[in-house]
Amino acid sequence: MRKLDLSVHVAGIPLRNPVMTASGTFGYGEEFAAYVDLEKIGAIVTKGLSLKAKAGNPMPRIVETPGGMLNAIGLQNVGIETFIREKVPFLRKIATPVIVNFFGNTVEEYAALAERLDAIPEVAGIEVNISCPNVKHGGIVFGTDPKSAYSVVKAVRETTIKPLIVKLSPNVTDIVEMACACAEADADALSLINTITGMAIDLKTRRPALANVTGGLSGPAIKPVALRMVWQVSRAVKLPIIGIGGITTATDVLEFLLAGATAVQVGTANFMSPAASQQIVEDLEKYLRDNGIKDVKELIGALRV
Amino acid sequence: MQFKSMVVSNQEVSPGYYRIRLTAPRAILEAKPGQFAMVRVRDGVDPLLRRPFGIFDVGSFTPEYPDAPRQYYFDILYKVVGKGTSILSALHFKDYVDVLGPLGTGFTPGGTGEENILVGGGFGLAPLYFLAKELVKTTPLKVFIGGRRKEDVLCVTEFEQLGIDTYVATDDGTLGSRGLVTEVLEQHLCREGGKRVVLACGPEPMLKAVARLCENYGIRCQVSLEAAMACGVGACLGCVTKGHGHSENTPSYRCVCKEGPVFDSTELLWEEL
Ligand SMILES: Cc1cc2nc3c(=O)[nH]c(=O)nc-3n(C[C@H](O)[C@H](O)[C@H](O)COP(=O)(O)OP(=O)(O)OC[C@H]3O[C@@H](n4cnc5c(N)ncnc54)[C@H](O)[C@@H]3O)c2cc1C
Ligand SMILES: Cc1cc2nc3c(=O)[nH]c(=O)nc-3n(C[C@H](O)[C@H](O)[C@H](O)COP(=O)(O)O)c2cc1C
Ligand code: FES
Repeated sequence: MRKLDLSVHVAGIPLRNPVMTASGTFGYGEEFAAYVDLEKIGAIVTKGLSLKAKAGNPMPRIVETPGGMLNAIGLQNVGIETFIREKVPFLRKIATPVIVNFFGNTVEEYAALAERLDAIPEVAGIEVNISCPNVKHGGIVFGTDPKSAYSVVKAVRETTIKPLIVKLSPNVTDIVEMACACAEADADALSLINTITGMAIDLKTRRPALANVTGGLSGPAIKPVALRMVWQVSRAVKLPIIGIGGITTATDVLEFLLAGATAVQVGTANFMSPAASQQIVEDLEKYLRDNGIKDVKELIGALRV
Repeated sequence: MQFKSMVVSNQEVSPGYYRIRLTAPRAILEAKPGQFAMVRVRDGVDPLLRRPFGIFDVGSFTPEYPDAPRQYYFDILYKVVGKGTSILSALHFKDYVDVLGPLGTGFTPGGTGEENILVGGGFGLAPLYFLAKELVKTTPLKVFIGGRRKEDVLCVTEFEQLGIDTYVATDDGTLGSRGLVTEVLEQHLCREGGKRVVLACGPEPMLKAVARLCENYGIRCQVSLEAAMACGVGACLGCVTKGHGHSENTPSYRCVCKEGPVFDSTELLWEEL
């Protein structure tokens, strides 16, 4: 029997399988090395970076909700220079593509980050988190305004030849419009979705459960929303899509592939089990074998409607 | 390490408090007092996250069947407060849970000639008992236990069986002296001198009072903190606490699961707790 083919290409990055880890849920890779074989997963997406280190939000920062969790970490990260100095040496030793997620508060900051990452050979691709406020334009979130999204992606595109993935925010009325703006600005791929803004209240104290009041909802609770958005975007744009949102099993991955995703990212499930991503790859392989599917790519967009 | 673990026993030791024994690989014997484990109380997505618990004891036994290999285990002492701990309390012999651990830093007790003073309340006694068991062999030791009522005072018999001087205070006077454990501790601190270290685990107001007392007496103090956690391995940054020198303009957050849960009390910003 011919060997199973789990490999896919996303934005020109060859992946041994379509399962990556989602930004912010897998640290800088190193934190999980004791629990998961990093060379069994498709790619590692690292915690969102900014130009300078960021301290993050006051606590409490996380709270469990039915089928999910809310987080308001506040994008705490070590900053790009420390990342390059202290985190890249570990990642260099791992034979798995590293995709670096980053964010800024102005178009110039995004461009500066992209330019710096362009010079780092260990970086296989970049993922631009546009779910951040544009401080020069009244704090409107880049990812909720097609014009802002276009300008930030365009600026990044002009500074780098690295594979460019744009991570979309689901907190919009029309996800397709956002996807089209990014495609027009020459993104190589789209990843979706980021967390959905939500809130939880502690009745006993009559306070919000998070110090930041609102936070981002992730986990199984958001999967139907994510699937719907992946489906809509895949029909509207030609770019490869990375499906994210509530994936905890190989079944979830298969559903995202059918909806049109070329690859996926596993986020909150890493907290349920640090080996979740590897387990999902193994189960995915088993599904293909059990169902006589030789190439995982056969499933991409194969939804019957 | 991450491992599937079988419930050996699970008993209510005081109203609302349980002690569960879980099988583990041999490496569990290397766990340091103060370290914790993240327990997935059942499969599926509800509850979604693991629950953190301090390690209460480790050991081994030989099961009663022919040619049984030595079985290693660890114990958790827990209070039923919500969904996760209720599910845990309903588990029986031969049920399974998934465990991640040991995680975090342990206590750093005093050196030779230094007296170790353990102060705790509620399930905070769990890591302190584990610590006492190790320390009692080599160093002088005392333990101070506080609680609201008699039912919240755990492990007194265990500490006494180790031959450790144990002082108890309850808010309502139903066990030991009436009042706060820090009052009893302070009497002891001013009565006796010598080199000593305070190691504490319990509710936050207690830790805060202990930290302040130690600062006044110039005594090194370590505390074990709690925080809501998701990953337990320093990746999500959900479990932070404010570090010493933290302010709105110079924020400094410390990661409880990775840099802690045990901190020197001087590393933390106490005013804010
Ligand atoms: C390092 C560490 C060691 C601990 N050791 C022990 C121990 O030895 N024995 C024991 O009984 N308890 C211990 N706790 C507290 C224990 O984790 C909580 O009581 C438990 O998570 C409550 O879960 P629940 O589902 O029953 O409660 P719920 O209130 O339903 O939980 C909801 C969410 O809040 C979190 N949460 C609630 N209370 C706490 C808390 N006090 N600390 C952290 N997260 C919390 C839960 O993990 C869960 O994510 C420890 C906590 C930490 C951080
Ligand atoms: C604790 C936490 C931190 C996150 N940090 C980031 C981040 O820094 N950058 C980013 O683009 N997305 C971040 N995300 C969003 C995830 O990458 C992912 O898009 C989202 O959680 C949905 O996937 P999931 O349901 O599988 O978790 C974070 C999510 C969580 C739960
Ligand atoms: S619980 Fe994730 S960093 Fe501590």
